[in-house]
Amino acid sequence: MTNQTTWEVVIGLEIHAQLATRSKIFSGSPTQYGAEPNTQADLVDLGYPGVLPVLNAEAVRMAVKFGLATGSTVATRSVFARKNYFYPDLPKGYQISQYEKPIVEHGKMDIMLEDGTIKTIGITRAHLEEDAGKSLHEGLVGASGIDLNRAGTPLLEIVSEPDMRSAKEAIAYLKKIHSLVRYLEICDGNMQEGSFRCDANVSVRRFGAEKFGTRCEIKNVNSFRYVEKAINYEVARQIDVIEGGGTITQETRLYDANKDETRSMRSKEEANDYRYFPDPDLLPVVIAADYIEAVRGTLPELPDQKAARFHSDYALSAYDAGVLTASREMADYYEASLRTLNLGTDAGKLHSAAKLAANWVMGDLSAALNNHNLDIGQSPMDSTRFAGLLVRLLDETISGKIAKEVFEAMWSEGATADAIIESRGLRQITDISAIEQAISEVMAASPKQLADYRAGKDKLFGYFVGQTMKATQGKANPAVLNDLLQKMLPGA
Amino acid sequence: MSLHTLSIAELSRGLDKGEFSSVELTRYFLARIAEKDPALNAFITVMAESALAAAAQADTRRAAGQAGRLTGVPIAHKDIFCTRGARTSCGSKMLDNFVAPYDATVVAKLAAAGVVNLGKTNMDEFAMGSSNETSWYGAVHNPWDLSRVPGGSSGGSAAAVAARLIPAATGTDTGGSIRQPAALVGISGIKPTYGRVSRYGMIAFASSLDQAGVMAPSAEDCAYILSDMAGFDTRDSTSVDRAVPDYVADLGMPLKGLRLGVLTEFMGEGLEPQTAACVQAAIDVYRRLGATVVDVSCPSLPLSVPTYYVVAPAECSSNLSRFDGVRFGHRCENPKDLNDLYKRSRAEGFGPEVQRRIMTGAYVLSAGYYDAYYLKAQKVRTLIAADFQRAFSQVDLLVCPTTPGPAFAIGAKIDDPVTMYLNDIYTIGANLAGLPAMSLPCGFQDGLPVGVQLIGPHFSESRMLSAAHAYQLETDWHQKLPAAYS
Repeated sequence: MTNQTTWEVVIGLEIHAQLATRSKIFSGSPTQYGAEPNTQADLVDLGYPGVLPVLNAEAVRMAVKFGLATGSTVATRSVFARKNYFYPDLPKGYQISQYEKPIVEHGKMDIMLEDGTIKTIGITRAHLEEDAGKSLHEGLVGASGIDLNRAGTPLLEIVSEPDMRSAKEAIAYLKKIHSLVRYLEICDGNMQEGSFRCDANVSVRRFGAEKFGTRCEIKNVNSFRYVEKAINYEVARQIDVIEGGGTITQETRLYDANKDETRSMRSKEEANDYRYFPDPDLLPVVIAADYIEAVRGTLPELPDQKAARFHSDYALSAYDAGVLTASREMADYYEASLRTLNLGTDAGKLHSAAKLAANWVMGDLSAALNNHNLDIGQSPMDSTRFAGLLVRLLDETISGKIAKEVFEAMWSEGATADAIIESRGLRQITDISAIEQAISEVMAASPKQLADYRAGKDKLFGYFVGQTMKATQGKANPAVLNDLLQKMLPGA
Repeated sequence: MSLHTLSIAELSRGLDKGEFSSVELTRYFLARIAEKDPALNAFITVMAESALAAAAQADTRRAAGQAGRLTGVPIAHKDIFCTRGARTSCGSKMLDNFVAPYDATVVAKLAAAGVVNLGKTNMDEFAMGSSNETSWYGAVHNPWDLSRVPGGSSGGSAAAVAARLIPAATGTDTGGSIRQPAALVGISGIKPTYGRVSRYGMIAFASSLDQAGVMAPSAEDCAYILSDMAGFDTRDSTSVDRAVPDYVADLGMPLKGLRLGVLTEFMGEGLEPQTAACVQAAIDVYRRLGATVVDVSCPSLPLSVPTYYVVAPAECSSNLSRFDGVRFGHRCENPKDLNDLYKRSRAEGFGPEVQRRIMTGAYVLSAGYYDAYYLKAQKVRTLIAADFQRAFSQVDLLVCPTTPGPAFAIGAKIDDPVTMYLNDIYTIGANLAGLPAMSLPCGFQDGLPVGVQLIGPHFSESRMLSAAHAYQLETDWHQKLPAAYS
């Protein structure tokens, strides 16, 4: 890798979020994904002669929600414009978008960097537009197919300032926006189906340089991982070019996930002159102040607000609170499991339970979900059953180590924690005399180790812990065991 | 019985009294079209079969006592309105093979009122032209002199009504396309306020200027048709949600006290003297009827032609992008690749005037020229609208000629676009400002009809039609027929 320490990376993202309206932005066709080609396109979507667009009020409401949630200015008057270019998946020969007067401007989004500091990323604008259709090439010989089901699906294009300085920051921002649109229930966030897409504008400059370097726009990146890889590839490429004495030309590049590289798609010279002008078929969108306030009243608790509340109410670290609130479903799951515990008003009890629950949600539960490629909303273990495990950890029926075994059994067998503890006899031994008995037997069976320990080989303490645990099938309460060993091993 | 000289009111009464049936009327006009249209070329498509079926249905409705006043009355639609199951060509080779899968709102509304559609009338290609010579289906001939143009773009509707091949026809007016041909063939034609009539299903030329209207012998006829055509449409965001008056009932609005403003900018240079005299005579009639006549100036109005020829091509260049040979319309043979498909389909499908306007429009919208052309034109448009607004603070209606002179010879201007464009100099302003305007026959120049134009404030159709009606009660220019069609 080239010398990245002399180079500063500058990234801006353009995110396309498909709005979760039932019908399209300018027609009554449904927006469902995955239907037979061209079964969800009416004459308006097909761009038939004489048809006219009519704006879907729900798309406007969703854009306003996004604007309010990002502290943006919601324009009281925004204007739809036509972006003119020819392409087979663009039936009218123009895309209806917003150009000079977008509905949302001047917002911001806080992200947490790896060192825990907060950085604010500017949101330049967010505007409404219609999606294009899709060209299909597979399974067709000597022809291309066109599927216009997606044509006219509402999109919110969210454009950031060039405020990000690494792929990691870009991903943090992208994830934050992803989380927000799902909190707001304005986008399902499904990246595989293309309902949440991202183009990255990437440039590099020497640290201290005032002017930005020439940027390249990377298109076609459809997962968080690929966005990161594509940016890293592009940064390395640009540095290589410049250090090799070359210059970067402004262009659009396509990311190829199979080869993990970006390649040139079209240069600035080849770029279309889109001949934008206000769409005369649509009136300006005029939004009244009381409408904005009404929408504000429907905003849910937002990720940052929720994280702050988790931090103050549950005494979670900022990091934990951030992770748990990244998705609304995870935060809801977490809080539902806490509610099941019925902890009353004792702050100490609440905080320790909250920490325990956080560790388990972020740890074993998340790992299991990841392994099975599931979202928390699809978890086979609901929050009540999950809380059953926490209950037994809190009342020390089982140790943390045993709990892992219980958790796995719960996951695969679908049973409750109590049923598994009972059937497998995993109840923790807290009875002092039983543990004393086991220790005595271990001491008697290990005279050499005992002698060495008493002669000063402190490390052997662990050996006795292990042996006693083994003797009790891991059920000895670790704290009690520890105390007793401290007392018993040194002898009388 | 000469059914073709009856007004819509008389046809409606005759149907009511059983003097004739809708089927008889339809047969009568179909026969007249078959006999006389070959010399005029006013129709692109005659829909005899569906018309007779609709007429029979209308007769049934009337017999059942469920008829409205237009039930059973034959009309024709300009071939710019989509008609389900019928070719809708827009006068273009591009759409010669296009069978519309739906009805335009105008077509559906009139059908619901029981009107019988006899066919689709010829027009300049995509409504771009002032002579009907740009039609893929050939020029239309003026019934008053077959060597002359009927005007355009609604030239087919104009000629068909002037020859009484049909009692009334729809038209569209983007820069004068109803009023100018109405004037050149001696009939009445109204372009309502922008937003008064739905544009849904009307193939777009310049969306911010296009407006559907009526062409018929008299203002009264226009009032009948317009009452059932106008109204808010949820499928057209630019249509206005405002109650539609009964324009027929409003025809009796008293004229006395009407303040009429003579547009001084349009009464001088460039106006042919005989045409000026006809318009002057019409103004005198109004004065006699009790109107107050004053001179009014709209100084920005002379800029309307250059303004229009930036705005309209800009919108058309985008509106016509959908004709790409992919989903409907003309597609070239054996395209080499996608670009070849686009280029040849469009080069073959569009005629020279349409291509000229697409290129002009793409140019004025392109990077680096947008501000100098499109943006500046929009500013001038605002000035023109403001001029009109000032004028309407002083007067109720404006009056001026519809065209500088009468119908010109076929072929006289087609090779000189700028001269052709100047034929619309008096009509374009109303489109730029979205105002209702109409043309009325007011005399003859060398045996050719001359029109006088009324322009009113937004939604003043009732006032305008009643003023026109009052004029037509005093004059009979609107009843004059060319000898061959009387």
